[in-house]
Amino acid sequence: MTVPEPVPPPVLHPAAEPVLEPAAEPVLEIADLHVTYAPGVRAVRGVGFAVRRGEVLGVVGESGSGKTALALATLGLLPESARVRGSVRLRGRELLGRSDAELSRVRGKDLAMVFQDPLSALTPVHQIGDQIAETIRVHAGATRGAARARAVELMELVGIPGAARVARGYPHELSGGMRQRVMIAMAIANDPLAIVADEPTTALDVTVQEQVLEVLRVAKEATGAAIVLITHDLGVVAGFADRVMVMYAGRAVESGPVGEVYRRPRMPYTIGLMRSLPRLDGGAARALPMEGAPATTGCPFAPRCPVVLPACARGEPPPAPVGPAGHVAACVNTAATERQDRVFPDPEPVLRSPRPPRHERPPVLEVTGLVKHHPRYRGTLYKRRVGAVRAVDGISLDVRAGETLGLVGESGCGKTSALMEILRLGTPQQGRITVFGQDTAALTAARRKALRRDLQVVFQDPFASLDPRMRVAAILTEPLTTHGVRKALIPGRVQELLKLVGLEPEHASRYPQDLSGGQRQRVGIARALALEPRLLLLDEPVAALDVSVQAGVTELLEELQARMGLAYLFVAHDLAVVRQIADRVAVMYHGRIVEIGSVDAVYEAPAHPYTRALLDAVPYPDPERERRRRRTPLAGDPPDPSAPPEGCRFRPRCPRHAGLDGEQRRLCAEIDPVLRAAPGGQDQRAACHYPQGETPWWKSP
Amino acid sequence: MASFLLRRLVNHAVLVVVAASLAYLLAAAALKPRANFEDRTPRPPAAVVEAELTRLNLNDRTPLADRYRVWATGVLHGDFGRTWQGSPVNDELWRRLQVSLRLLVLGAVAGFALGVLLGAWAAMKRHRMPDRLITLGSYLLLAVPVFVLAMLLQTAAKQVNDVTGLQVFEWVGESSPGAADGTFGALGGLGDRVRHLLLPTATIALAQLALYSRYQRSMMLDVLDADFVRTARAKGLRRRDALLRHGLRTALIPMCTYFAYTSGLLLLGAMFTEKVFGWHGLGEWLIDSITRGDANVVAAVDCFAAVAVLLAGLVSDVLYGVLDPRVRVGAR
Repeated sequence: MTVPEPVPPPVLHPAAEPVLEPAAEPVLEIADLHVTYAPGVRAVRGVGFAVRRGEVLGVVGESGSGKTALALATLGLLPESARVRGSVRLRGRELLGRSDAELSRVRGKDLAMVFQDPLSALTPVHQIGDQIAETIRVHAGATRGAARARAVELMELVGIPGAARVARGYPHELSGGMRQRVMIAMAIANDPLAIVADEPTTALDVTVQEQVLEVLRVAKEATGAAIVLITHDLGVVAGFADRVMVMYAGRAVESGPVGEVYRRPRMPYTIGLMRSLPRLDGGAARALPMEGAPATTGCPFAPRCPVVLPACARGEPPPAPVGPAGHVAACVNTAATERQDRVFPDPEPVLRSPRPPRHERPPVLEVTGLVKHHPRYRGTLYKRRVGAVRAVDGISLDVRAGETLGLVGESGCGKTSALMEILRLGTPQQGRITVFGQDTAALTAARRKALRRDLQVVFQDPFASLDPRMRVAAILTEPLTTHGVRKALIPGRVQELLKLVGLEPEHASRYPQDLSGGQRQRVGIARALALEPRLLLLDEPVAALDVSVQAGVTELLEELQARMGLAYLFVAHDLAVVRQIADRVAVMYHGRIVEIGSVDAVYEAPAHPYTRALLDAVPYPDPERERRRRRTPLAGDPPDPSAPPEGCRFRPRCPRHAGLDGEQRRLCAEIDPVLRAAPGGQDQRAACHYPQGETPWWKSP
Repeated sequence: MASFLLRRLVNHAVLVVVAASLAYLLAAAALKPRANFEDRTPRPPAAVVEAELTRLNLNDRTPLADRYRVWATGVLHGDFGRTWQGSPVNDELWRRLQVSLRLLVLGAVAGFALGVLLGAWAAMKRHRMPDRLITLGSYLLLAVPVFVLAMLLQTAAKQVNDVTGLQVFEWVGESSPGAADGTFGALGGLGDRVRHLLLPTATIALAQLALYSRYQRSMMLDVLDADFVRTARAKGLRRRDALLRHGLRTALIPMCTYFAYTSGLLLLGAMFTEKVFGWHGLGEWLIDSITRGDANVVAAVDCFAAVAVLLAGLVSDVLYGVLDPRVRVGAR
């Protein structure tokens, strides 16, 4: 069940009273919480915080920092093997140590939770309305009918169009954003005192993330609940939270009011985290030496810390006040962290040998009118074709030697399909693919294999794309033997490759599971580089990595490009990463490229309303600017790829379309726009009837 | 859903024709009913043997193709031919099917229900005493052949009968002659039948539940830490309720397919139980007919087995559609 109509802005429930009385008493108070998993794995080590009514506490940290264990411990949902001690108080009542039966009367009523992945977090076999109603019935003992009616009300509150109909549906029929709305409806069903949201927007597109955060904001205002927002995204925290707590290795290393912490972070880890973020405005990200395991004695961050002192090894530093309004940091060397840029100086720009201008460089990849449709069948005794999923619907792009083209768009827009179609080196359904001047449709099998040496791929998930039964050396050897490299040369080449991607020689004998995410992705890159390709296709190469690790991998990719003159086709959904690494960018929507051009031109003055909306939706890791940001969430979900609307495909969601008069609208409704040079842009084309180079919000004063 | 089932039914009909034909051809080619006459003393005259064999369409001197044609024509008219003894196969098939069903239905259902419950309980108590005991018990049952299990039950029942001095258990046949004529009339007859059912039902249920509990345990372990169970607990359900309402419901889906196919096969697979307890069901009939060289009966039972398995497949498709909204077609 797709929901094509645009989502109306969420309306406050009429029964909801204006809340936010100045209650100073903390609602949820956690003190000295420790969580230990069975074999001595200490996930949380002495964390404490307090959240007041209507207040939002953001908890940030990288994977493995203990954020989720903290959330589960708060609700008493940890696996039975985990040991918890400390104190969790809800309105002064201690929750730790209570039985499952006692806790179940609190959970879902006074203390609710929103989980990360809304597909797996909803029961696949029960109706959505029943799942929400169950929350009400468990606690209020309402009748089935009354609870169902209330469930539909709640679904309307969180902005689900056609709530009564959707309530009879099942989770798999909804999009990710809608499922997350259902989760939020469930969480607020009993007017909770506090909501713990664990990465509520992580699996979602930026545009949908924006909508869901808006819903969460509405939910907060409707219930007046305190919210603990756990996320890895500093941008989300900047815009949403009042206070922030940074976690590292199971400890709260810095906490305070959002504005204060973002402006003057004092713990080197926080500083590093802030500075390793790729910025939408093109500010350089500083890669951190962020791949050391936390130290077991002393300050856990010491192995990665640039301002480490001998005193750091002498026990964990206690949190000390470093600023106004309860800003505390657990650092010995706060003297050194007064100036952020001294801790992590701005990176030196990657030295590039000057490239000849673009038009003089030969194209390594040319795609013209590429089409990839997946036919859909229906019928009982015989099957007939009923249209097709238009994954890629006529895209044209070119990548020239030594440059990076970023391909961005929401999930389902066809960017990965386009990449896979190029990687196949086969005959496309329609259109032409030319790699290094050779038409892929005309290749013989032998030529195709030879061409694969020059064109390699790096996949998104470094956890799933490496064979867990092969050692790193074997992974790197495989492409070499496949392409007949002499055996004697291989061990030397493997060492060379490891060095090239910044790994140690001893990593060759490890298995993938013994490596961290960043290290694994480096192995993936080394494997792709083994045959000295000239073109790399990168499918979301940093999306699965922590922010600090992301910066390292991006930096590696830039360095490799500068040294080896590689060309990249870089598929990503993260616009900030693309800004950092790409020379040119193509924005895809509904199987088409709607805007393409140089990164500076497109980011500084997006001509297509969709590009503009995507850029607007990216949260900015600066509380002041983030709060000033235009919030014009793009309405609706990504479209059904089998049924493009007449005329311009973006029309149903287009914010610019609303401001047009009737005559102008007719053009949008009847004629499918093609890519044309955007006004003012030199290397910038957009598929819009009314393109405008608009100043993005972060440029406006 | 209806059109989907119709499509399945057509596919299955083709499969049944193929399976039944192959079964007949194999049985007719391999079985030698003539041998039965040769063992008789005095041996009947050759002409009589030929005539009798031809009458039953079992004559190996008739070309196989001709015999098949005769048989297939009969089957198309709903007639599976005659048994060795000369009575119609259809009547006997029908009678024995009812016997088999009376024997199996209770055992199969009880085995499934108990197996699912024990498996789910074992998973919820993973690595603790109940889990260990259930695991041990089910492995023990799996390791014991059905006829040994049946004999053991009989021995135990005999002990009970001797100790109590009452005929609590019966283990020969379906009923004792004249039970319905006693003091309690029809009620007594029913009681007698139940007493006869106890042991074979227990045998079948035990053998089945051992398998089901293993499957259900591993299915349940998959959902034990599932995100949606955690969500259910976060809503305020106790762990047990969350596991039963959300976990077990989801983990049951694959089990139903397994149950449907197993039941289809069980109809014939209960031959040991039938033999040991003296029930004259389909399984027993198949074995006896093979030793007798009765190709018509073998083909009929095989044909029936094919129908049963494919019907089971159909039932499992329906069950899957009912239990799992994700596979329903045309839902939008």
